[in-house]
Amino acid sequence: MTRKGRRLAMIGAVAVVLGIAASLVLFAMRDSIVFFYGPTEITQKNIAPGTRFRVGGLVENGSVVKSAGQNVSFSVTDGNQTVKVAYRGQLPDLFREGQGVVAEGVLTAPGQFKADSVLAKHDENYMPKEVADTLKKQGHWQEGQKGEAKK
Amino acid sequence: MIVELGHYALVLALAIAFIGTVLPLWGVKTHDAALMRMAPSASLVLFGLVALSYVALTKAYLDSDFSVLNVIENSHSAKPLMYRISGVWSNHEGSMLLWVLILALFSGLLAWFGRGMPQRLFAAVLAVQSSIAAAFILFLLAASNPFTRVTPAPMEGRGLNPLLQDPGLAIHPPLLYVGYVGCSVAFSFAIGALITGRIDAAWARFVRPWTLIAWCFLTLGIAMGSYWAYYELGWGGWWFWDPVENASLMPWLVATALIHSTVVMEKRDSLKVWTVLLSILTFSLSLVGTFLVRSGVLTSVHAFAVDPERGLFILGILIVFIGGSLTLFAWRAPLLKQGGIFAPVSREGALVLNNLFLAAATAAVFIGTLYPLALEALTGAKISVGAPFFDATFLPLMLPLAFILPFGQALAWKRGDLLGVAQRLATALGLSVVITMIVYAATWGGPVLAPLGIGLGFWLIFGSIADIMMRAKGNGVAFTVAIKRAVGLPLSIWGSTLAHMGVGVSMIGVACTAWGIEKIVEMKPGETVQVGRFDVKLEGAGLRNGPDYRENFARFIVIDGDRVVGALEPGKRVFTGRTMPTSEAALLTRGLGQVYASVGDVNPQGQIAARLYWKPWVLFIWIGAVIMALGGFFSVLDRRARIAAAVRARLPRVVAAE
Repeated sequence: MTRKGRRLAMIGAVAVVLGIAASLVLFAMRDSIVFFYGPTEITQKNIAPGTRFRVGGLVENGSVVKSAGQNVSFSVTDGNQTVKVAYRGQLPDLFREGQGVVAEGVLTAPGQFKADSVLAKHDENYMPKEVADTLKKQGHWQEGQKGEAKK
Repeated sequence: MIVELGHYALVLALAIAFIGTVLPLWGVKTHDAALMRMAPSASLVLFGLVALSYVALTKAYLDSDFSVLNVIENSHSAKPLMYRISGVWSNHEGSMLLWVLILALFSGLLAWFGRGMPQRLFAAVLAVQSSIAAAFILFLLAASNPFTRVTPAPMEGRGLNPLLQDPGLAIHPPLLYVGYVGCSVAFSFAIGALITGRIDAAWARFVRPWTLIAWCFLTLGIAMGSYWAYYELGWGGWWFWDPVENASLMPWLVATALIHSTVVMEKRDSLKVWTVLLSILTFSLSLVGTFLVRSGVLTSVHAFAVDPERGLFILGILIVFIGGSLTLFAWRAPLLKQGGIFAPVSREGALVLNNLFLAAATAAVFIGTLYPLALEALTGAKISVGAPFFDATFLPLMLPLAFILPFGQALAWKRGDLLGVAQRLATALGLSVVITMIVYAATWGGPVLAPLGIGLGFWLIFGSIADIMMRAKGNGVAFTVAIKRAVGLPLSIWGSTLAHMGVGVSMIGVACTAWGIEKIVEMKPGETVQVGRFDVKLEGAGLRNGPDYRENFARFIVIDGDRVVGALEPGKRVFTGRTMPTSEAALLTRGLGQVYASVGDVNPQGQIAARLYWKPWVLFIWIGAVIMALGGFFSVLDRRARIAAAVRARLPRVVAAE
């Protein structure tokens, strides 16, 4: 193979692999990205039922109902709006009323959310960053709630 | 007093690191040998001082000195000895000190073992190491001082974060840090080459063992972290595509590319500029990893909400080192002498493909990890990029790499014969296809991709074995001769073979997770649940006390057929000084699979919520990683012999004749 041919082969291989990688990334970006909304944003943005996203806020006091078969329902609030979340399975250790929570799932009807995962956090003082931002936006954040946790 | 001594040693270390950066670099510029000779001494002194500082902090933990803020926040007088020692790095400040200690250790080792190197390169490399140390010691002293005192001292500390109260804490962070920080050596070599403007095959021989050592530790650290998350978090998963995990995966991928490209450089004196770039990127991604983990910018299941000031400081270090090194690269790299272009079908051609795929995969992980951050900064929209993204990008790039790997390994340098290689690998390929078919047939209707993964895993293993056999047997020699030859093969050949087999073993383990069984149940004592081929019976529940915790536990017995094969006692622990409980999963290993149980709350009907899993062949994932690291260590040993040989060859003949 000539020197020119070798160079072309090299450039071709680079172009093909990078092209594949770029298209895979773009394709996956379209399909597998999950947005995060606070309860108020859900109403504001008129999110259609069936959309997959993450919702975060505080677990409303007195809203946690546990029923048979590990079914749990609770309300997530940012102080202005609430969303009812239904979940089946074991809740994370650090799940408590009045504490921050992030749930991922699908909006089934306006104000109704079916979660397939509820996120655990590593430390009791920790407030998920999105939740803190949501609360700040709605004016229900007190400074000094900042937690600290490390790996 | 000892705490102040440690603090003082750290301040002194900063001064030494600064001197060790400036004077040797000045020496390199002015060709002043005396200034250049300061570099190794400065590095050794630096290590001594940082070690002293580290020992001082450890002593404060051992003595439960609650006048030190760091000890109050992370220790407790009831804490067992192991967690007092490892507690030092269980927190931000202490772990950064460990980071600096390991950096200083690498500088010290380099100063000791690198004496055979060309003087200018040697001085420049050590100076760059010292500059990294200076930046991070400054960060420690200015923004995260572990020696801060508190008056009045409280009687008791707050205790260690319960999730960290595990033997994993003693092993995982040091391994990972040795890996992360070890990448700095390749970085310093790259900068050294750019400064001195000289790079050749010998450079690659010097860099390779250090990169291999870092890579081995990174491999073990990531594997250990994965196993720890697997049994500690109680979710049954072993990899979550969490940003913190990605932060360690990215340097690993680039380091893997780097150890392959240095081979090309060493043997064919080519790919020089690319190798320098990879060296810079490997450590840059380690720094990005440190930034992601330590600054709290990314949301993650690991909760990191650290002081923003620290985040900015690390970001500053990041910009200086990554920006500076890339600028230097853009400016000086064109001056480095280029190697030739080689044939596409050859060992070096295959290694270029390996580098391409690994670089592309790193880019995909990088985008998936940092895109949400960029998007939020630019538009305010919050998104999360999770497993589906990485499954759709990372896997399609890794699978073809696994497929071409055995071919590349068997190709000759310079001009390979693809057809001949295919013929010699036919048996290995045939066996792998047969295994894939059998798995498909046996699990018909089950997962579609997993049998393919198993087939690829076996292809890597058989391909590696076939390679060794070809090298040993040559043209049909006797069996005993072949064995002798196989044993006599260079360690580096065995090293790469082992590492590639390790990849195959891990791949099989990952594929087998597709046949895992998960049961989320609520059980009363006496009830039995079937999990795969096992019956898991809840015997009862109770309360017990540990050294510094109380635990609600459940006792399950595992029955295989009609035989009791073991018991599982998962629980929830509440540690002294903390209010929240943590789950303790229980594992029962059967062969290479594991029965896994974690428990939740007791409901009003008296039932215990439980997650029960059967994970067939799951241990292959981590065994594979250990085999990979073992292969890396084999190669390191071989290289050392080789460097010694190179040094010997330069000595006068008279010595050799004695």
